[in-house]
Amino acid sequence: MLRISQLRKVFANGTGVEMTALDNISLEVRTGDFITVIGSNGAGKSTLLNVIAGVYDVDEGEIWIDGVNVTNQPEYRRAHLIGRVFQDPMIGTAASMTIEENLAMAMKRCSPLRLAPGVTPQDRSRFRELLAVLGLGLEDRLQEPVGLLSGGQRQALTLLMATISNPKLLLLDEHTAALDPKTGEMIGELTNKIVKNRELTVLMVTHDLRQALEFGNRTIMMDQGQIILDLRDPERAAMTVDDLLDQFEAVRGKRLLDDRVLLV
Amino acid sequence: MLLSALIGTLEQGLVYGIMALGVYITYRILHFADLTVDGSFPLGAAVAARFIADGGSPLMGTVLAMAAGMLAGLTTGFLNTKLKISGLLSGILTMTALYSVNLRIMGRANIPLLRKPTLVSWFGERGMAPWVLFLITLVLIKLLLDLFLKTEVGFAIRATGDNEQMIRSCGVNTDGMKLVGLGLANCLVALSGALVAQYQGFADVGMGVGTVVAGLASVIAGQALVRFPGLGWATTGVIIGSLIYRGAIFAALRLGLAPTDLKLITAVLVVVALSGPVWSSSVAKFGGGKRRATNIPAA
Ligand SMILES: Nc1ncnc2c1ncn2[C@@H]1O[C@H](COP(=O)(O)OP(=O)(O)OP(=O)(O)O)[C@@H](O)[C@H]1O
Ligand SMILES: [Mg+2]
Repeated sequence: MLRISQLRKVFANGTGVEMTALDNISLEVRTGDFITVIGSNGAGKSTLLNVIAGVYDVDEGEIWIDGVNVTNQPEYRRAHLIGRVFQDPMIGTAASMTIEENLAMAMKRCSPLRLAPGVTPQDRSRFRELLAVLGLGLEDRLQEPVGLLSGGQRQALTLLMATISNPKLLLLDEHTAALDPKTGEMIGELTNKIVKNRELTVLMVTHDLRQALEFGNRTIMMDQGQIILDLRDPERAAMTVDDLLDQFEAVRGKRLLDDRVLLV
Repeated sequence: MLLSALIGTLEQGLVYGIMALGVYITYRILHFADLTVDGSFPLGAAVAARFIADGGSPLMGTVLAMAAGMLAGLTTGFLNTKLKISGLLSGILTMTALYSVNLRIMGRANIPLLRKPTLVSWFGERGMAPWVLFLITLVLIKLLLDLFLKTEVGFAIRATGDNEQMIRSCGVNTDGMKLVGLGLANCLVALSGALVAQYQGFADVGMGVGTVVAGLASVIAGQALVRFPGLGWATTGVIIGSLIYRGAIFAALRLGLAPTDLKLITAVLVVVALSGPVWSSSVAKFGGGKRRATNIPAA
């Protein structure tokens, strides 16, 4: 499904100092895998998702999605394969446009743009059904600008937009981290529900180690641009957060340092 | 006397309203401060005037002017998206280059169109005043623009101005959308220039100075006055803004201001309008009054 081989990504900052954000990363993801990605700040998690999506070019290595080599494709060309949700709820939607217009753009990501009406009555009834599943009452607010929604509502909408065209791959980058705990939990449950329904393949970055073990069927841990642990069910299912921390220490010889990691 | 002056003001408001709709596309929708306008407006006038002066049909000349304006917009878009020159500078570069281009097209600094057949004279021969022509054109363009902005391509252009990252992740080539928007906007600006030349009976190489600021004044005035939600109202607002702007100029002239001072006054008006939020928030700070909620950008 997704095959990444020997990926390297080096950032050069303004002063000429080089920063290896991805250091020889290889990863094989099977269809239906739901992988949670953990690691300290600056480990390269976001960079990994960004190179998969094509936001950054890679310096070395290859990325294959569903049998297609997308390594050198610009972001917009592989967008039909990928749905994304970011930490910042503002990023995933266009604030000045209405809920239905946002959904329509997400839904038509696979097809070339036409001079046809952007939202048809059929679209509208489909959107209403899909929004009703969220249980947030958004189905009655199709014509309101997204800028009027709360962060949690916007994030739920973004999640729906990211999955509406059944992408091959769903990339979630700490998509519950900026929300209050209750809303975050709601978005988490929604994620599980949508992923199960559509049998999507997912990479989900999280700082919540408990969430990392609860969600999905596989967990990878990154540090300094490398994948240092790759845990699968059923062993993973038996693990606790403490086991995770111990494993990290065993591999790296230090504690997992991260102010944002939730330890309990 | 006053009536005919008022009709003249109305006609100017309508014909420059086409230009203001172009500025609306770049400034409000793409969030791109496009200074090409000061060059593409006289470009439209130059192309149409030259073509008509050489004996060509006014309709064809106007269509050619629109095509030329589109090319000018595409040039700015190319500089910005492909050569990565900032939007502001791209527009300034194209505008500057167009000054020479316009002189080349015209062959001299001024082309009179007296006694030449123009679209305006064609309507005149059929007993219709220029404002009929301008009103029909403007309303047609407004309605087409409203429809266009509701199409898939229109969505993509609006989203490109709103949230580039989001629409790119929806598979849209945002560079392409900027090109379409800039091309379309300057096409309208050049159309406005072509009609103005035929209306006033000449094209002049200096007639573009201050066009973009006048367009901004119209867009901002319209946005301030027409506050209903929705795109249709936003474009209606631009047209009303253009009429009001020309009305304000008419009033200023009647109050005895010199025509040469108008650009200064326009610039000051735009500054006041753009700095409005700064003023009202500092007033609120000192006066302890309630601060106005930030506006959701009107689509
Ligand atoms: N656009 C960029 N330009 C320069 N350096 C970058 C850029 N993006 C990331 N980096 C660097 O690459 C490294 C990896 O960053 P990345 O954002 O992938 O970390 P992360 O694992 O997502 O961290 P966090 O948990 O804090 O989000 C960091 O050292 C970061 O400073
Ligand atoms: Mg990150």
